[in-house]
Amino acid sequence: MDSNFSFIYGHLPYWLFIILMLSGLFIVVSRGNLIKKIVGLNIFQTSVFMFYISIGKMKGGTAPILLDKSADDSAVIYSNPLPHVLILTAIVVGIATTALGLALIIKIREEYDTVEEDDIQKMDQKDLKKYNRNNVLETNS
Amino acid sequence: MKHHLILKVITKFMVGVIVLFGLYVQFHGDYSPGGGFQAGVIIAAAFILYGIVMGLENVQKVMPIWFAQKAAAVGVLLYALTGFFSIIFGFEFLNYHAISPEHPKHGQHYGIILVELGVGITVTFVMIAIYYSFAGRTPHLDDKEW
Amino acid sequence: MASEIKQGTLELVNHLPILQVITPMLIAPILVVLNNKTLSWLLSFVGTLACLFISILLVQAVSDGSVLTYYLGGWIPPIGIEYRIDAANAILLFLISIISAIVLIFSYSSLYAEIPEEKHTLFYSCFLLCLTGLLGVVATADIFNVFVFLEISSLSTYVLVAQGAFLDRRALSASFNYLIMGTIGATFFVIGIGYIYMATGSLNMIDIAERVSQLGDNRTIQAGFAFIVVGMGLKLAMVPLHVWLPNAYTFAPTVVTCFLAATATKVALYVLIRFVFSVFNYEDNFVNELFFLLLMPLAVIAMIAASVIAIFKQNLKKLLAYSSLAQIGYMLLGLSLMSQKGLASSLVHMVNHGFTKAALFMSLGAFMLNTKNVYIKSLRGLGKSMPFTSGAFVIGGLSLIGVPGTAGFISKWLLLEAALETGYWLVAVLIIASSLFAVIYIWKIIEVLYFSDSSESYSEVGALILMPIWILALFCIFLGINTSLTVDVANMATEILFK
Repeated sequence: MDSNFSFIYGHLPYWLFIILMLSGLFIVVSRGNLIKKIVGLNIFQTSVFMFYISIGKMKGGTAPILLDKSADDSAVIYSNPLPHVLILTAIVVGIATTALGLALIIKIREEYDTVEEDDIQKMDQKDLKKYNRNNVLETNS
Repeated sequence: MKHHLILKVITKFMVGVIVLFGLYVQFHGDYSPGGGFQAGVIIAAAFILYGIVMGLENVQKVMPIWFAQKAAAVGVLLYALTGFFSIIFGFEFLNYHAISPEHPKHGQHYGIILVELGVGITVTFVMIAIYYSFAGRTPHLDDKEW
Repeated sequence: MASEIKQGTLELVNHLPILQVITPMLIAPILVVLNNKTLSWLLSFVGTLACLFISILLVQAVSDGSVLTYYLGGWIPPIGIEYRIDAANAILLFLISIISAIVLIFSYSSLYAEIPEEKHTLFYSCFLLCLTGLLGVVATADIFNVFVFLEISSLSTYVLVAQGAFLDRRALSASFNYLIMGTIGATFFVIGIGYIYMATGSLNMIDIAERVSQLGDNRTIQAGFAFIVVGMGLKLAMVPLHVWLPNAYTFAPTVVTCFLAATATKVALYVLIRFVFSVFNYEDNFVNELFFLLLMPLAVIAMIAASVIAIFKQNLKKLLAYSSLAQIGYMLLGLSLMSQKGLASSLVHMVNHGFTKAALFMSLGAFMLNTKNVYIKSLRGLGKSMPFTSGAFVIGGLSLIGVPGTAGFISKWLLLEAALETGYWLVAVLIIASSLFAVIYIWKIIEVLYFSDSSESYSEVGALILMPIWILALFCIFLGINTSLTVDVANMATEILFK
C-alpha cells in the first residue's frame, strides 16, 4: 500500500481523536445555546480520554493482570494501565464540570428565563446601561 | 399504586439487587476490577431509579437531602483520615504499611479497602445529591404527561 | 511470609509539604458535617493560620537553597507522586496562605452583606477546597497531579464566583463563561501532558526533564509544550485569552475577588514557569522562539492595552480587573525575557502584586459595604468620611503605580533592569508608559475620593474589616523597604530553576 495512505490508517486513533476534539471545540465556540456548549465541552473532553487510552495500548498486549505467579511471564506483553488510571481521574473531573455547568444553567434559566447566549448578553447589556445611567460620573462635574 | 404497576413492582425488586451488586463491586475492588467509583455510581443508580419511578418525595423519605450532603463529606473525611492515620504513626501520607506494620501486605489490603470505602460513600451521595438538585427544580409531572 | 518489619520513622517536621496541602482539605468536609456558620468561620480561619505557619516553616527550611521532597504513600518516584518544595514554590505557598488568612478575617463581617447566611458554611468549605487546589498545584512535582489540583481549585472557583448572583445576576453568566474557558484550558493542559507522557513515559518532573534532554529536538514534546502554554494561557488570562477575567472579578463577591486576584492567576503562571524550567529545556530553541515571538509581544500588548481600557472604566472592580491584566503582562514579560533577572522580577512581582491587588480590592469591598455599589461616582468625598479605608486604598494605589518606597517599585525596577540588561530598551520604555497609564486611573479614583464633595456621609467601617486591609497595606510598604523576603528568595529560586 502507498506509504502516504498508511500515514492515515496507521495513526487512525489519532485522526479520530483530532476529528472529535475539533468538532467538540467547534460546538463550544459556535453554538449559542448553553446546554449545547456543555455537550460540546463533553465531546471535547471525551476525545482526550480516547487519546489517552490509545497511547496506553501495546501491539499484542493483554490486560495488565498477573495471571500465574509461578510462571515466568517476562515474555507476556501488557498494555500500559497508567493512562487508564489517569483518565479515570479526568473522567471524574469531567463529570464534576458537567454537573456544575448544568447547575449554573439551571440558575441562569431561573434568573434570565432563557438559555440562549445572545439573549443573555442583550439582557446583560441592558443591566449595564441601567447601572451606568445611575452611576456614571459626568466628565465635567 | 394503580398506575405503572409493573414498573413499580419491578423497581422494588431491582433496587435491592442493584445495591447488592454495588456492594459486591465495592468490596472486590482491591483485587479485581471494580472499586469505589463504579460501586458508588451503581448504588446511586438504585436510589435514582427509585426516585424516578416512585417520585422524589418518596425517595427523599428514605434518603433526606441533608443526609446525602453530610454523608458525601464523611466519605472524603474517611479518605483523609486514613491518610492522617499513617502520618500519626510516622509513615508517609496514605502509606498503608502503617495500618499493620508487621504485615505490610495486609496493611495494603486494609488501606485500599478503607480508601475505596471513602471514595464509594462520597461518589454515591454526590451522585444522589446531584440528582436531587436537578430533579427538585423541575415542575412536577402529572401521570398523564408520561 | 518474609516481609521486612518497618516501623514509622518520620517526624512531624518531615510531613510539612503534605500537611500544607492536606490541612484545608481535611477541614473542608468537617465544616459540611458540622454545618454551623460561626464555627465554620473559626475552623477555616484556624486552618488557614495553620497553613500560614507551615508555609513560614517551609520558607525557612528552603531559604538556604535546599530542596524538600516528600513521597506520597511511601512510593518512590517516578512511580509514586512526589511533592517537591524549593525556594520558588515556598514563596508562593507563603503568598497563598497569608492572603487566604487575611481574606478570612475580612470575610467574618463582610460576608453577611454579600452572601445569604444559610450558604456561609458551604462557602467556607468551597473556599478551603479552592485553597487546597492552589496549594497542591504549587507543591506537587507530578504533572498529572498538577492537573487534578488545578481542577479542584478551578471548580471551586466557579462556584465561588457564582455566589455573587445574590447581588447581581450577571455573576452567573460570568461564572459560566469562566467555566467554559477554564475547562477548555484545563483540557488543553491534559492533552499537553498526554503528549509528554507519550514521548517520555513519565509523569515526574525531574524524571521528564532528564528524558527530554536525551530526546533532543522532538516534535511530540514541542506539540505538548504548545498545548500547555495555551492551556495555562487561558488559566492565567494571557491577553487574547483573557475574556473571562474582567467579568468574573467584577461580579464575584469581594472576598472571592480578593483571593483570586492575589493568587489564582499567579499559580497558573507559576505552573508555566515550572514547566519551562523544570520540565522542558529552557535553552531549547523552540521554547526561546515561542517566548520571544509570541509571549513577549502579547505581554507588552497586555501591559499597554489593558491599562488604557482601565482608564475608561467607571465600575471600579472592572477597572482593577483590567489593571490586573496589565500586571499579568508584567509578570509574563519578566518570564519571556528568559534571563535570571527577568524571572526573578516576575517572581517578586507575583508576591508584590498579590498583596497590592488584595489591598485594593479589599478596600473597595469596604467602600462597597457603605455605598452598595462600586461605581466611581459613589466614592465622592469618601476620603473624609472613611479616612482609614481611603488611606489604605491610596497606599495600594501607589504600590500599583510603582512609587518608590512601595512594593510595586521594587518589582518594576527589577523588571526595568532586566529589560535593559537584555537590550530591549523599547520594552523598557513601554513599561514606563504603562506605569504612567496606571497613574492616570489611580489618580482618577484618588481625585474623586479626596477632592470632591460628598452628597451623603458614611461612617467608617468596623475594626475587623479595617484590620485586614491595613495588614495588606502595611505589607505593601514593608515589602518596598525590606526586600529580604522577596528579592533574596526569588534570586535563590531563579538559581535553582536555571541550574
